[in-house]
Amino acid sequence: MTVAQPEGLNFECETGNYHTFCPISCVAWLYQKIEDSFFLVIGTKTCGYFLQNAMGVMIFAEPRYAMAELEEGDISAKLNDYEELKRLSLQIKRDRNPSVIVWIGTCTTEIIKMDLEGLAPKLEAEIGIPIVVARANGLDYAFTQGEDTVLAAMAARCPKKEVEAEKEERNAIQKLLNFGRQKEEVAAADREYVDHPPLVLFGSLPDPVVTQLTLELKKQGIKVSGWLPSKRYTELPVLEEGYYVCGVNPFLSRTATTLMRRRKCKLIGAPFPIGPDGTRAWIEKICSVFGIEPKGLDDRERQIWESVEDYVKLIRGKTVFFMGDNLLEISQARFLIRCGAIVPEIGIPYMDKRYQAAELKLLEETCKEMGAPMPTIIEKPDNYNQLQRIHEMQPDLVITGMAHANPLEARGINTKWSVEFTFAQIHGFTNTRDLLELATRPLRRNSNLKDLGWDKLVKEAAEV
Amino acid sequence: MKLAYWMYAGPAHIGTLRVASSFKNVHAIMHAPIGDDYFNVMRSMLERERNYTPVTTSVVDRNVLARGSQEKVVDNITRKDKEENPDLIVLTPTCTSSILQEDLENFVDRAQMDSKGDVMLADVNHYRVNELQAADRTLEQIVEYYIKKARKKGNLPEGKTEKPSVNIIGMSTLGFHNQHDCIELKRLMADLGVEVNEVIPESASVHNLQNLPRAWFNLVPYRELGLMAAKYLEKEFEMPYIDITPMGVVETARCIRKIQQVINAQGANVDYEEFIDNQTRFVSQAAWFSRSIDCQNLTGKKAVVFGDNTHAAAMTKVLAREMGIHVVMAGTYCKYDADWFRKEVSEYCDEVLISEDNGEIADAIARIEPSAIFGTQMERHVGKRLSIPCGVIASPIHIQNFPIGYKPFLGYEGTNQVADLVYNSFTLGMEDHLLEIFGGHDTKEVIHKGMSADSDLNWTKEARAELNKVPGFVRGKVKRNTEKFARERNLSEISIEVMYAAKEAVGA
Repeated sequence: MTVAQPEGLNFECETGNYHTFCPISCVAWLYQKIEDSFFLVIGTKTCGYFLQNAMGVMIFAEPRYAMAELEEGDISAKLNDYEELKRLSLQIKRDRNPSVIVWIGTCTTEIIKMDLEGLAPKLEAEIGIPIVVARANGLDYAFTQGEDTVLAAMAARCPKKEVEAEKEERNAIQKLLNFGRQKEEVAAADREYVDHPPLVLFGSLPDPVVTQLTLELKKQGIKVSGWLPSKRYTELPVLEEGYYVCGVNPFLSRTATTLMRRRKCKLIGAPFPIGPDGTRAWIEKICSVFGIEPKGLDDRERQIWESVEDYVKLIRGKTVFFMGDNLLEISQARFLIRCGAIVPEIGIPYMDKRYQAAELKLLEETCKEMGAPMPTIIEKPDNYNQLQRIHEMQPDLVITGMAHANPLEARGINTKWSVEFTFAQIHGFTNTRDLLELATRPLRRNSNLKDLGWDKLVKEAAEV
Repeated sequence: MKLAYWMYAGPAHIGTLRVASSFKNVHAIMHAPIGDDYFNVMRSMLERERNYTPVTTSVVDRNVLARGSQEKVVDNITRKDKEENPDLIVLTPTCTSSILQEDLENFVDRAQMDSKGDVMLADVNHYRVNELQAADRTLEQIVEYYIKKARKKGNLPEGKTEKPSVNIIGMSTLGFHNQHDCIELKRLMADLGVEVNEVIPESASVHNLQNLPRAWFNLVPYRELGLMAAKYLEKEFEMPYIDITPMGVVETARCIRKIQQVINAQGANVDYEEFIDNQTRFVSQAAWFSRSIDCQNLTGKKAVVFGDNTHAAAMTKVLAREMGIHVVMAGTYCKYDADWFRKEVSEYCDEVLISEDNGEIADAIARIEPSAIFGTQMERHVGKRLSIPCGVIASPIHIQNFPIGYKPFLGYEGTNQVADLVYNSFTLGMEDHLLEIFGGHDTKEVIHKGMSADSDLNWTKEARAELNKVPGFVRGKVKRNTEKFARERNLSEISIEVMYAAKEAVGA
């Protein structure tokens, strides 16, 4: 029985004893996104072993990332950091010739206070390649927040308008593509857009999703002037004072802050375009900022919901528990509640109530509209306590990291591995099906197996 | 600083965690930042472990940096002691705690006062030892701790078991085919009439460690894990140990003869020669395989072997001595134990490579161009790039190297498995080669099924580019579904918009 509770969302904070990936994992998707980059993780064997194991086979495809593995001499300062980094960076320049080297600072560089931000500009001048420093370490951040630290550092490198002429020159290929098109045609293409201040979106997404979201805004007459990050470092978007920016992922609060404070951009605080409800709210918010009346969103959202009804059916009325490890949890929970699920607990590593304000508000509204109980949002969860609660409430689905997935399955509890959501395409109207495909997979698989009668596969089923 | 893309042996704490979590009811607490607990992921994924991995983290964050761990580590230990009543909690330092230089020993002493179970600090230094050395040391440390404890309490059992018996030392979680090897060794011991006294650390209880001295001897099948514990027991109790890896027909026989010698010296009267002869000639297929025409075709074929000490050395001997294969190069990443490796394999290969640098190994393989590689997952990928088949014989390994079926590498069944592995690697290579000579598989153009052939539909340049971004294995399906969608709606041109509308409508 679901009874709507009158009070708002309930926030709690536990011990922070939870499992998540180290934020340096962001190199795995960012080096693929930014094609001319090279990521150098300055850390120990522990970091290297994590990347190697977490990234599985990707490591064998000549990755554009490497470890600068610190040795005892580096720790005790017997070796000169600058000379060491110069040696390795020159080797990378020679072997790979990247347009940018991103130094990822780790726990170790923090503890020994290696001044990466200080060393980078000097070395940059000496070797002639931009060096961007991101301190994506496990002391301060969790998993996807790694991308946040990198993008915040990149935001400082986005060009200003003055250099746009030069930028155009660099974009000779773009020009070539336009070659043959009449000038009027290009101008006509521009007339498809409403006149509004430049909008730059931030957050790393696979290229097809970038295209989809860009087209979605184009339908409303909104032109996306650029994305942070772009496909290449040399194509970072122009950022001027007064430009509008909007995030596509919930874990980008540092980037948002940097864009506002350092680049004087205006942040559009919107829910995130995850699920058709989120995508619609995201577009509506952007439209409202530009004073545009959104067109056809009602139909669009309804059609998407209709087309995925077969999946939504599986979620409706089910209880979903988020253990929390990648900061996508609030948006995902909001979407699943809209599908008709009941979410008792949303674990999340870190909750930025300001950056996620619009998303939290939408979550609250969604609960009210669906008559679902308000979830408890648990920041810095304690996995042990969570497992006790899970075993007590026996949810239909637990969204969790791989450390707990198999043990929970063995105890008859359906699980979905949360990391998949960070790598799958889940944004926009178009990917709703993929998002549900992931979320319902354990339910579909396990209902296939249900009749076999061996859902509990440990001897003491209740033991934690 | 060292530029590294890949590493063969993990960091020290992984070794400690492997040993601690192999025991029953032993909990490890890492002193580490958030995210360093991916050991749990590896164990849960690779070994498909049904139980929660008994490893938690006492998180090192900004507060700890500023003020030290203070009560945090102690609280975490005593909390875990109450929650799960483990027999032993092993506080595990990481690279981070190595630099912080907190007095972890002191935390352990304080936590011990409030804990029912035992508490211990793993004696490993991140910057001095790797995963394998740390595992070896931690096992010795735990054994020593419980032997001393029992001695102090006067609980050490007197004398030996009535019948000849053995401790099998070194079976651990995330070890290469350890579980299968363990079953095979137990079978072998049963066949030899030797009782298995204790197996450590896998599935052992620390309470039973005091029984270790009751065995007549110790068997240490793997060079990397267990030798330190065996040497400790030898020193304390004059227990002989056997460190011959029973992998391959010849080495298995040598191991069994050594067992015979060791137990006869203590008053048994056994003769295993007939058993060895019977197994070798009729039970194991490997000796017969070496003699068969199949194996004749492998004579003089070039191979490269690379892995940990145990497996690379044993494999080199099997290939060279038992199958007549030409091992051009044998190598190990166990640099700290390189002399042993050189001594073991020198007479069976042309060159020896001791290196932790995967680039150097890949270059050597490219230069030698062997017909087959026997190595780790890394060499398998090198082989893929160079189109040379590879049999995986050592860690680091992936999930497919934790087979559900019975696949030991040790003992007589192990010789069969190894023979299959070798034979399959080489014939696959041969088959490939022949196909190339005779012009590949069916060379006719594949005719596209149904609607994916060139059609009347016009894809815009942008849409075509977008289609090319779709991963190859589903591209055909996306194309077909999109065109079907367009036809049903009488659209003659496919733009990006149409493409995504199709995806939304039919999940193309």
